[in-house]
Amino acid sequence: MFKIVKREEMAGATVILNEIEAPKIAAKAKPGQFVIIKANETGERIPLTISDIDKDKGTITIIYMVVGKSTALFKTLQVGDAYQDVIGPLGKPTHIEKVGTVVCVGGGTGIAVLYPITRGFKKAGNKVISIIGARNKDLLILEDKMRAVSDELHVCTDDGSYGRKGFVTDALKDVLKSSPVHMAVAIGPVPMMKFVSVVTREFNVKTLVSLNPIMIDGTGMCGGCRVTVDGKTQFACVDGPEFDGHQVDFDGLIKRLRAYEEDERKAYDEFCRIRAAQ
Amino acid sequence: MAEQTSKKEKTPRQSMPEQKPEIRRRNFDEVPLGYDAETAIREASRCLQCKKPSCVSGCPVEVDIPGFIQLIVEKNFKGAIRKIWEKNSLPAVCGRVCPQEIQCEGECIVGKKDAPVAIGNLERFVADQERLHGSGELPKTQSPTGKKVAVVGSGPSGLTVAGDLLLKGHDVTILEAFHKPGGVLVYGIPEFRLPKEIVASEIAFMEKFGLKVECNTVVGSTVSLDELFEQGYDAVFVGVGAGLPSFLNVPGENLIGIYSANEYLTRANLMKGYLYPQYDTPIIKGKNVVVFGAGNVAMDSARTAMRLGADRVRIVYRRSKAEMPARAAEIHHAEEEGIEFYLLTAPVRFIGDEKGRLIQMEGLKMELGEPDASGRRRPVPIKGSEFILDCDLAVVAVGAGANPLLTKSDPDIHLNKWGYIVADPDTGKTTKKGVWAGGDIVTGSATVILAMGAGRKSANSIHNYLTWGW
Repeated sequence: MFKIVKREEMAGATVILNEIEAPKIAAKAKPGQFVIIKANETGERIPLTISDIDKDKGTITIIYMVVGKSTALFKTLQVGDAYQDVIGPLGKPTHIEKVGTVVCVGGGTGIAVLYPITRGFKKAGNKVISIIGARNKDLLILEDKMRAVSDELHVCTDDGSYGRKGFVTDALKDVLKSSPVHMAVAIGPVPMMKFVSVVTREFNVKTLVSLNPIMIDGTGMCGGCRVTVDGKTQFACVDGPEFDGHQVDFDGLIKRLRAYEEDERKAYDEFCRIRAAQ
Repeated sequence: MAEQTSKKEKTPRQSMPEQKPEIRRRNFDEVPLGYDAETAIREASRCLQCKKPSCVSGCPVEVDIPGFIQLIVEKNFKGAIRKIWEKNSLPAVCGRVCPQEIQCEGECIVGKKDAPVAIGNLERFVADQERLHGSGELPKTQSPTGKKVAVVGSGPSGLTVAGDLLLKGHDVTILEAFHKPGGVLVYGIPEFRLPKEIVASEIAFMEKFGLKVECNTVVGSTVSLDELFEQGYDAVFVGVGAGLPSFLNVPGENLIGIYSANEYLTRANLMKGYLYPQYDTPIIKGKNVVVFGAGNVAMDSARTAMRLGADRVRIVYRRSKAEMPARAAEIHHAEEEGIEFYLLTAPVRFIGDEKGRLIQMEGLKMELGEPDASGRRRPVPIKGSEFILDCDLAVVAVGAGANPLLTKSDPDIHLNKWGYIVADPDTGKTTKKGVWAGGDIVTGSATVILAMGAGRKSANSIHNYLTWGW
């Protein structure tokens, strides 16, 4: 069992942070890697990228958005409760090195995954310009943490309720126009990563994206997480989760993420109905 | 009560009652129902008790087959299971999934003129007797040696190594990547062929005499082989299975509705997708299903699809019936359940709708040409024979390759050109000191019992090492 030692609600309780006791995983995990989490006996295996690691305490932190039955079930777990299974660390860590100036672009809960990577690039001696965005002010997470590990931080909201009004891609274009950038990292909703990659391609800036397709084992055994990269099939769990954004078939990924759309909606509605009746 | 039969009056091979095909094709309950004691004794009496039993040499783990069968004749079921345990720690499993027709039963002398003694059915019978009505008396283990062994992977090879070394007094811990132990026995082989309760009970039994199981541990990632030695393990056995699905490499293969057999069966079996929504993992339920390949895994996938409510399930295989690698009983069961066989047929591409969901496949007819490197006649496409087939679910069961997660994590472990671990065929020793390997990660995809045979050899070698040194 993997005990929750800290729990925070963010973005109007639509996003949850859990710090979980997992000493073996904490000892090994590096930025960019993920874990697979299962709440209980009947639960699904859900991949979540690690957003913080505390080797001394032997804990890892995950931050997830409540989007379906499984995450709604996770949300019911309080400090002192435990996940039945946490498996990891899985996937390849981010290759962090000094390249010069790095732009880190994060959207929604993707910011949680972007944070340890941003910190890594900063520690490696890079100039880090971060751009984070959300639909509105209330949904923005980790602004202070991102600011602390960035040389510059730009905040965007779709509705203009905070920071600059507009998408992260607008701010990104301005940054790319005004200064030389050697690399970009984009983590967030798939359409955001897709459009960030379109922009950075124009400026010929290499771009890492972190993909989170549907998977089961996370060790290369099932092939459920296959994505097309540069025309070839790759397994996000072992070949990724990070890929060259200029090579990823995002449209294919968006379709595959909807494979169980109908089942997921029914299960979530049913879960909410039962919880409401309790 | 059956009449006393002398060996001269021939008793026919006793068939095992089964669920009727039209019923079982829609449920996940086990298909064969088992022998009762009377039938088992009658079947056991057909054994000639050969002085030099060729059945035993047909068994990869050399179970004393005439020995346990004689004990059944004597109604000593407790003795019979203990006789099997001397060589095989998973009899309830082997009685169900071994390809007996090409092993023990294939060598049986009775089988030269008549149907062979139903050795697999008898093995299953005594194992089930013990599980359901047994004394629970544990096998005798030797006094503790103080030596620690890590077994990586809890499939058939790992469980055999663990069982053997526990009996020899070693301290054994199994490290399993999934959240439940059993490997292919729990994620791959379906409930209707091997109830999961049986696997759980075999493992629980080993835990009673000392086995430790650590799930959620991905060796190569959560912990390295070198770290296992640092933690105080004296020897490590690697039995992680093949674990890398092969795909067809035809256009459209990433459409929604196309699964590797690994994914399809894992969703259905380990994650209990067949009980969705009682369990949370969804599984696509096709009405028109195609399964590629003709091995046991293909039969398991096809029969699972039928049980999940398909109208039609078709096995698509590019060779002919004679080359189908599945166990005879599985092909027979699949046919009985209404699975159709599209032989000498190869896939060309998959066709999807605007949402990226599979709706059709294009196939091509083949004919058999000259023999290829494997000695089998090579299938050759027939020009202009392309055809379109409607389908909403496809399962690719054309074998597996070597999963590199563990093997690439340690350069001391040498691999062959296909990525499988190089291990001594007699001892299972790898190129890294203190590390053994066996099962599919050494041989490529094979059977449960061959993996167990490899486990047996490694266990003997590990015991020698722990006693005398490398």
